[in-house]
Amino acid sequence: MAPTVCFNCKEARAVIIRPKNRHKLCRACFIQIFETEVHETIIGTKLFFRGERVAIGASGGKDSTVLAAVLKTLNERYDYGLNLCLLSIDEGIRGYRDDSLETVKRNAVQYEMPLEIVGYGELYGWTMDQVVAQVGKKGNCTYCGVFRRQALDRGAARLGIKHVVTGHNADDVAETVMMNLLRGDLPRLSRGTSIVTDSDASDIKRSKPLKYAYEKEIVLYAHHRQLDYFSTECIYSPEAFRGSARTLIKDLEKIRPSSILDIVKSGEDMAALVPVEVRGSGKSKHAGAEDESAGGCGSQNGRSSGGEMAAMEKQLTENDAAESRETEIKLPVATSKKSKPAKPAKQIKGQTMGHCERCGYISSQRICKACTLLDGLNRNRPKTAIEVGMEDEEGSSTLMRQMERAQLGAT
Amino acid sequence: MAHSSATAQGVFPVSITVEFTGGLELLFGNERKHKVILPAQLEDGSRPNISYLLKYLVNNLMKDQRTDMFIMEDNVRPGILVLINDADWELEGEETYELQQGDNIVFVSTLHGG
Repeated sequence: MAPTVCFNCKEARAVIIRPKNRHKLCRACFIQIFETEVHETIIGTKLFFRGERVAIGASGGKDSTVLAAVLKTLNERYDYGLNLCLLSIDEGIRGYRDDSLETVKRNAVQYEMPLEIVGYGELYGWTMDQVVAQVGKKGNCTYCGVFRRQALDRGAARLGIKHVVTGHNADDVAETVMMNLLRGDLPRLSRGTSIVTDSDASDIKRSKPLKYAYEKEIVLYAHHRQLDYFSTECIYSPEAFRGSARTLIKDLEKIRPSSILDIVKSGEDMAALVPVEVRGSGKSKHAGAEDESAGGCGSQNGRSSGGEMAAMEKQLTENDAAESRETEIKLPVATSKKSKPAKPAKQIKGQTMGHCERCGYISSQRICKACTLLDGLNRNRPKTAIEVGMEDEEGSSTLMRQMERAQLGAT
Repeated sequence: MAHSSATAQGVFPVSITVEFTGGLELLFGNERKHKVILPAQLEDGSRPNISYLLKYLVNNLMKDQRTDMFIMEDNVRPGILVLINDADWELEGEETYELQQGDNIVFVSTLHGG
């Protein structure tokens, strides 16, 4: 087969077909165009200001590695004047996160960015290895998701940084749109598509500069620039993508590649239709800070965990069965039941963000989600079950745990 | 595009390199690069193409039982990219591409996390 010529430069051999418009591009033009589009997103949304300090949430995976590489390139090319650094979370999963952290450490050198690593062990007194030893593999992703969200905020706060960027891509956003549509979760639908997740729950702003970038192009960008990234399955949630909304997105892409961006755009349009009073409701403002990875595995960039579609289907069937009992759809009311003092959800101004009584983290609840989970964990800690599966040098683990508890109490 | 083949087609076996990245290497004994030698001609007289290669890989190289992590409906699972000599396989005819001596085939998963 004769080589195809690049659509852009009409010279070099095309090696890529862009999913969104089927343009065939050579390596150099692809890299240039990919970067330019991210630049346009950044400029179009006024994402940064000159002199801003920005932490890149870095897992060592493809998305965050590409994000770091592109931001460094653009910061220099267009003179954004940004002060970039890498912020990594160490969930404490031996044989998984320690490997990927090595990648992040190399990235820090390659991109000449300072690196801050925040560990679950130091923050919560529980590594994920210990959590799993306690609660088992089922449901451990919930802990990981809730812990990660706070950990990113705390890490940023430690660095005195008010803006964290994450590697969420168009596939991630499309998946979120799908899930929220299926759930009928209007507040999340309206928030999930926006490039900046600002919330009063946290003075730390989050954004996703790659929200229009196809996962496929991110992987190809990493490949053609030979970026150093790490990919694996989380040992506690292997095959997390099986049977998930992710599969649906990938199947759709196979049939019609533009569908991913179409879903993102549709999500944005639908978000614009969500009434203002509904947007902030649901779990109220505080939801903004906990949205993305609640229950999901953030190391897979917030994608839903396996079986979620199946669970959804089951729920939908149940909903059908319950339909006869229902009278009307009352979104804000229905969801605000959860918030403690039953203030009307519409009074957004009236809702005060408090601080968690335990840890001081901003929360609309008396006790924040992480502390609630920790409560459950700590209650059961005396059981020796935690020792099971801990294979090595943990002779001093009892002492360590006591110290951790003491630390927890002190914070 | 290296097929410096003075090798008469249909006589000598086709030697290629296969690479697994993006997490796929986990399914193949954690080895990224593999040398693969395919017959120059198949029983039905055709030359080995990507379809044939996929079957070959599953039967001979894959260490993991979970074949559906790689193959679905006799083709590459959606979300796995295939590069033929660094070009998207869509530019080369996808699974019908006939393998040439010295080809480099890369399978990259986009499904695995970091």
